[in-house]
Amino acid sequence: MNIHEYQAKELLHGFGVPIPNGKIATTPAEAEAIAKEFGVAVMVKAQVHAGGRGKAGGVKFCKTPADAREKATAILGMQIKGLTVEKVLVTVAADIGSEAYVGIIVDRQRKKPVFMVSAAGGIDIEQVAAQTPEKILYLPVDTRYGLRGYEAMRMGFFLYRDVKLAKQAAKIMQQLYSAFMASGCSLAEINPLVATPAGELIAVDGKMVIDDNELDRHAEIEALRDVSSEAASEVDARNCNLTFIKLDGNVGCVVNGAGLAMATMDLVKYYGGEPANFLDIGGSSNPEKVVNALRIITADANVKCILFNIFGGITRTDDVANGIVTATKANPLKVPIVIRLTGTNEEIAMKILTDNGFSASADMDEAVKKAVATAKGGKAA
Amino acid sequence: MSIFINKDTKLVVQGITGRDGSFHTKQAIEYGTNVVAGVTPGKGRQTFEGAVPIFNNVYDAVAKTGANTSVIYVPPMGAADAIMEAVDAGIALVVCITEGVPVLDMTKVYPFVKERGARLVGPNCPGVISPAQAKVGIIPGRICIPGPVGVVSRSGTLTYEVVYQLTRAGIGQTTCVGIGGDPINGTNFIDCLSAFEKDPSTKAVALMGEIGGTDEQEAADFVKNHMTKPVVGFIAGQTAPPGRRMGHAGAIISGSAGTAAEKVEAFKAAGIGVAVRPMDFVELIRAKLH
Ligand SMILES: Nc1ncnc2c1ncn2[C@@H]1O[C@H](COP(=O)(O)OP(=O)(O)OP(=O)(O)O)[C@@H](O)[C@H]1O
Ligand SMILES: [Mg+2]
Repeated sequence: MNIHEYQAKELLHGFGVPIPNGKIATTPAEAEAIAKEFGVAVMVKAQVHAGGRGKAGGVKFCKTPADAREKATAILGMQIKGLTVEKVLVTVAADIGSEAYVGIIVDRQRKKPVFMVSAAGGIDIEQVAAQTPEKILYLPVDTRYGLRGYEAMRMGFFLYRDVKLAKQAAKIMQQLYSAFMASGCSLAEINPLVATPAGELIAVDGKMVIDDNELDRHAEIEALRDVSSEAASEVDARNCNLTFIKLDGNVGCVVNGAGLAMATMDLVKYYGGEPANFLDIGGSSNPEKVVNALRIITADANVKCILFNIFGGITRTDDVANGIVTATKANPLKVPIVIRLTGTNEEIAMKILTDNGFSASADMDEAVKKAVATAKGGKAA
Repeated sequence: MSIFINKDTKLVVQGITGRDGSFHTKQAIEYGTNVVAGVTPGKGRQTFEGAVPIFNNVYDAVAKTGANTSVIYVPPMGAADAIMEAVDAGIALVVCITEGVPVLDMTKVYPFVKERGARLVGPNCPGVISPAQAKVGIIPGRICIPGPVGVVSRSGTLTYEVVYQLTRAGIGQTTCVGIGGDPINGTNFIDCLSAFEKDPSTKAVALMGEIGGTDEQEAADFVKNHMTKPVVGFIAGQTAPPGRRMGHAGAIISGSAGTAAEKVEAFKAAGIGVAVRPMDFVELIRAKLH
């Protein structure tokens, strides 16, 4: 789960990381009022779940409250990587001496969180990583022992010659690490970590990505979720315990299991169609899930055909068949449906379906081909 | 022959009295697996289905029954503990079915297991089956038949699909291993490939990967440099959009890394036969067996 910059910075601040004062505005008038209250130059910053906001024009310096109003007018409602900006952070502009990059990410190969730090921070860090990797220090952490003092100091001195700054940085590494572990992050970064000409460090941008698997034990972080930044269908699906990702095609897919769901989408494409979504109804047998899945998929006006691909292992295919019958009785389908199911209780499922006027196949390729043709022709074969 | 599990497997089920644990234990017993013990803290001295003794912890189960393999069906927040307990009690092979284990938990579990020389399969996996010998986990027994093909996969139902198609074509399996869909798992493709390479009865390997990470690319290197047996591979997620987690926690394209295209390229460069569709496995494997 992504959280916004202002939320990440507040979390980090809770662990002691220094951040500039800031408040959220959803209108230009609010932005102006906040700037007036701070009484100094501010930055107006788009709060969206996308990287590269600065480069997209979503981060602006404002000398006066009137200026803040004007910049907020421009930023609110703008699109960054397809996401609409609904709110801005109005925050005190820091005096910038230098910008460093500090990040932690769970590294799949090393199977550990790895710190990445660089004195060449700021909006071009991706370029630094690609072109001058020697400017980045990578430091894996054994989470059983935590971040040791000497490791934090090593990073501090990698960033700063000045002893006072190096020690401040080491402390911030510890605070960032604590926040990372305590919040169940898969990524946490401060970019830039600004050193002011007066010799103080301050986190001017913060980013955190939370491991979805941690949310059960972090209700306080689940509460930070911004549903306005997600497709309504995806929010609906999550509330029904379905994994759903909306795409642009016209073949709606209902599949059990993530790997098979991906393979089904790929096969739709292989036979010349375009998948409308990824949807995994999961392993457990529950007709209710099928009912919800159909509701979510048929809400997408692009969908011209619905394809079920069910391999019954733990999932009982008769449960899925019952779900299809129940759902379509309550809400008759406006688009054709193609059903493939095989595995546990296949004979019972086939009988339920044929008794209710559906046909089904046991072969995956056959069903996918038929669904693609149906979506193109707009008519069930 | 087979890898990881066989007729000598003595299985303890952690979480045997739970909904999933009890259901799949019955299936495993029906399949002929030697289930020697169950563990549910607080239910020690009871028996499961009147046949399998239940213990309060894995230590007692090992001491009383000689269990050498464990399968875990406990909820995600307890899974890390369950794995560590099993390994500490001396279990050599731990198969964790549980989905939803926090990845930071796994950063602690992984070195713990390695340092003690045990093997962990999973988490978030369907388990392991050696047809006609033993079944540890949730792979349906009736879709498998014994034969010469080793199967390894990051997925559950996609594996069933491929195995079922092989079986229908009369091509049996030595062992099928689901290594799981999480970013950090105990056993990777290379571990399985090297075990299949050593297993005399395995003549070819079917490998199902997916987007995210570099496990498939490393597997390709291994095949090129260390394997004599033929391998056929498939990558799921050609149509997956970047930056989205496709159901599995590990199935995500980060930036431009971990795409299906780059994995397929790695396969081709290593001489791995590429199945474009799941059904292609049948003909490609058949050709390699002759
Ligand atoms: N409070 C602030 N005071 C001074 N300068 C700031 C402040 N906030 C941002 N900046 C400047 O703007 C640049 C870009 O801002 P920021 O790092 O927040 O966004 P970004 O990195 O472009 O966005 P993203 O995190 O989406 O990639 C910073 O590198 C910094 O130079
Ligand atoms: Mg930044």
